Amino acid sequence: MDHTVETPLLTVRNCRQSYHKEASADLVVLEDVELTLRAGEIVGLLGRSGSGKSTLLRIVSGLLKPTAGEVTWRGTPLTGPAPGVAMVFQSFALFPWLTVQENVELGLEAQGVKRAEREERSEAAIDLIGLGGYDGAYPKELSGGMRQRVGLARALVVHPDLLLMDEPFSALDVLTAETLRTDLIDLWMEGKLPVKSILIVTHNIEEAVLMCDRILVFSSNPGRVAHELKVPFAHPRNRFDPAFRQMVDDIYGIMTRRKTPEVPATPAAAPTGFATPLHPVGTNLMAGLMETLHNPPYDGRADLPALAAALQYEADELLPLGETLGLLGFAVLEEGDLILTETGRRFVEADTEERKTIFAEQLRAHVPLIAAIRQVIDQRPNHRASAVRFRDELEDHMSPEYAEETLRTVIAWGRYAEIFEYDEEAQQFGLEEEDEEKV
Amino acid sequence: MKNFTPPALAGQRVPNRWDGVAMVLVMGVLLGVISVGRHTISTPIAAIQGTPIHLDPSYLPGYALRTAARMFAALFVSLLFTFTYATLAAKSRRAGLLLIPILDILQSVPILGFLSFTVVFFLGLFPGQEMGAEFASVFVIFTSQAWNMAFSFYQSLTTLPADLQEAARSFRLSPWQKFWRLDVPFAMPGLVWNTMLSMSGGWFFVVASEAVTVGNTTFALPGIGSYVATALDQRNLRAIFYAILAMLVVILLYDQLIFRPLVAWSGKFRFETTASVSAPEPWMLKLLRRTQLFRNLGEAVGAVFGSVFRLRLGRSAAAQVDENRAPSKLIDRLWYAVIAVLALYAGWQVVSFVSTTLHWHDLGTAMLMGAYTMIRVIVLMVIAALIWVPIGVWIGLRPKATRIAQPIAQFLAAFPANLLFPPVVVAIVYFHVSANIWLTPLMLIGTQWYILFNVIAGAAAFPGDMKEAVANFRVRGWLWWRKVMIPGILPYFITGAITASGGAWNASIVAEVASWGKTNLMAQGLGAYIAEATADGNTPRIVLGVVVMSGFVVIFNRLLWRPLYAYATRRTTLG
Repeated sequence: MDHTVETPLLTVRNCRQSYHKEASADLVVLEDVELTLRAGEIVGLLGRSGSGKSTLLRIVSGLLKPTAGEVTWRGTPLTGPAPGVAMVFQSFALFPWLTVQENVELGLEAQGVKRAEREERSEAAIDLIGLGGYDGAYPKELSGGMRQRVGLARALVVHPDLLLMDEPFSALDVLTAETLRTDLIDLWMEGKLPVKSILIVTHNIEEAVLMCDRILVFSSNPGRVAHELKVPFAHPRNRFDPAFRQMVDDIYGIMTRRKTPEVPATPAAAPTGFATPLHPVGTNLMAGLMETLHNPPYDGRADLPALAAALQYEADELLPLGETLGLLGFAVLEEGDLILTETGRRFVEADTEERKTIFAEQLRAHVPLIAAIRQVIDQRPNHRASAVRFRDELEDHMSPEYAEETLRTVIAWGRYAEIFEYDEEAQQFGLEEEDEEKV
Repeated sequence: MKNFTPPALAGQRVPNRWDGVAMVLVMGVLLGVISVGRHTISTPIAAIQGTPIHLDPSYLPGYALRTAARMFAALFVSLLFTFTYATLAAKSRRAGLLLIPILDILQSVPILGFLSFTVVFFLGLFPGQEMGAEFASVFVIFTSQAWNMAFSFYQSLTTLPADLQEAARSFRLSPWQKFWRLDVPFAMPGLVWNTMLSMSGGWFFVVASEAVTVGNTTFALPGIGSYVATALDQRNLRAIFYAILAMLVVILLYDQLIFRPLVAWSGKFRFETTASVSAPEPWMLKLLRRTQLFRNLGEAVGAVFGSVFRLRLGRSAAAQVDENRAPSKLIDRLWYAVIAVLALYAGWQVVSFVSTTLHWHDLGTAMLMGAYTMIRVIVLMVIAALIWVPIGVWIGLRPKATRIAQPIAQFLAAFPANLLFPPVVVAIVYFHVSANIWLTPLMLIGTQWYILFNVIAGAAAFPGDMKEAVANFRVRGWLWWRKVMIPGILPYFITGAITASGGAWNASIVAEVASWGKTNLMAQGLGAYIAEATADGNTPRIVLGVVVMSGFVVIFNRLLWRPLYAYATRRTTLG
């Protein structure tokens, strides 16, 4: 690796990505993003799902054209997938009908490399990544870890200057992921990887601290770079080093820090609540987390990294849970800690029916959408309301996928709290029969 | 056994004005074909004298070979059509808007109704040559095969996994490379399955298209179909049995040498992440895979294809996706304008043609006949369901019986049912029973097997843990059927039923009329109406009959099968 100061491999300036909406304001996915990549460094893009980090990776790879801003690759503007950039996918993206060797050779075929050279180079890449002997196997015969090794070999065989990795280990189990990480870092340190720089997208805080020289922490809605951190530790890094732990803790703090106060003082103030996408968190999961928080050793207050480790959750899984509890007033997120509120404690100590009552109260108070649905049902003479209008309203504020997810979440919560019923066939909200008589 | 979405349901589209446009355009083109054909019909065409058909069984192997050759020629054309038409429809939004509704209409058109015109059309292209009749026959088979293959391919192209597409783009595969490395392999299981279903259905049409009578002229191409037609003419029951025997052998060879190996081989392309428990390898595939000679041969062929697929044809797909770029409104408008002009012209042609030759009461008659045929189809479907659902479930729940019965049902589905008509006709003539009732079952003889083998597949795929739960709660009798089995097999049953009912409409054209020497039997119905008009050379009536029948089939699909299938798949799957 050469650390000489030269023209950066890649620069991204004033990058913005938004989707045009006909009815309302544009949906902004990325706003004002700056990024410079030099030879010899591993850079991590860390953020929650929906923070636009994968979108940025696709812009960098030349797959997606940004709405505004400029991307230059080795000094010239990027207009499409560049020859010196190769990508590793979260889902592996292997072709199931091609053998390991044929998969690896794919990029070389596209370049028109002759057969002898193809075979020689794919053989070398396969051996480098520890897949020797699997040449003739089909992807479905391999374990997840082996499949991602094929994905790696396929990217390395074209000798890219820049290796892009889109959450490469998140589909693997903990141990397999760790093995692949350390293998990759070892090869990088030994200078055996035919790449100059690596850009890795992840939502796993420890993974970012373990692998990267530099971390860009993204904030959501719209996605922008909230923080940039240099990781000062030398490889190989020790997860249990106090300095390492401190850095992980700090990043948790950054990621849970809020720009605006969490729970609005006046509940259901305005339909602005429609604009917040809800995380699809199940009611059993919430109850389970509250019980865990309530019981020893936490007794109502838990450090997020410790809780994540104990529950074998990743930050990206735990944070939405914590935020949802916060939204409903069951807990408070504070500088990397999750604290159970009085309501949360009452919920844990209640029996099944009381829990539903408490949950219903919190929903009506803190989720304007649910309050609105119930209101419409009550106003209608037949006590039914179509889900379509609510989906449309949501879509004015968020992407169709998030709108769908939010609606699904609201349906699940509302059903549990017995605020309304939902008829999937008719796509209609309604009331339980006994309720209907009362109204 | 896999369960693919039947092509007639593939779109799940909401009917819109494009369907109307497509209908008008299809009718316009058909009228074009007809008007070319009509001019030739009036001129004497006796000039071609085909080789006479001999009823000596020693001729049969040769006839069978020629019949099979027509099938494969048609298959080749169908594949070409599939790769081009479906690709265009999937890659170009503007083309897709029109091409897919057209495909939808085309697969509802009863092919046999147009037999006479296509024959005359192709004879017009190759005057005085047998070539014309050959092309016509191949074309008829093509029209029976191509639509569902194209639909299946189109469906696959529109459901390509996003990550594989991104991988192909980021590794900069050229369009040609991407087509052979991603598009075709991903579509392979569905395409092979649909191709094989098409082939199975095709035997029926190859038999029907070899001997065609238009007006006073009969064209007979050497083949099994003509052999049967000649035997019917000469009241030779023994020859008919020879023909049935020969066809059995042909289908058996096709089933063992092609159908089974191909379907098993295509499993390699199934898009799944886990290795599934594989069914036993068909012996033919085993032979191809394990024998040194065939393996070397296969590798040599594979190497040639591989280097063709690797060619870097076409501009490298280096362009970025620009999600903010709206398609050009101007070109959209131009495109719509061109289509509108074409549709108006076609509509004007249709109206002027119909108004000069037909009256409203003709439409009334055709609709009434259509209603008769519809009642037949519905009654037959109900009877077939009552018979085959219990039998299919019984078989499907017993793995041993399934292994034996499933191939037989598939085999029977491929057998051209029109060869079985003569014995029934002889029986009706002999016992003097009502043709209106007893000709009816012929419509479903060939296609009822689709119901059977889909029901077997459904019952066999019924989850083991659910079977145990049902046994544990001792659910039995009517409750078991109502709450467990019928919902469990519903999507499969509907898949089979739609193929069967579509086939029944088509078959009505040959099943509602029958002859034995000089005796003619006729049932009341739209099929007989079309057949009669064909025999009289009455063009307007043929067109009317075909249009009305297409309309019935389209409405049947839209109002009954499509909602039912959507309901069944929604309600009977978890998640």
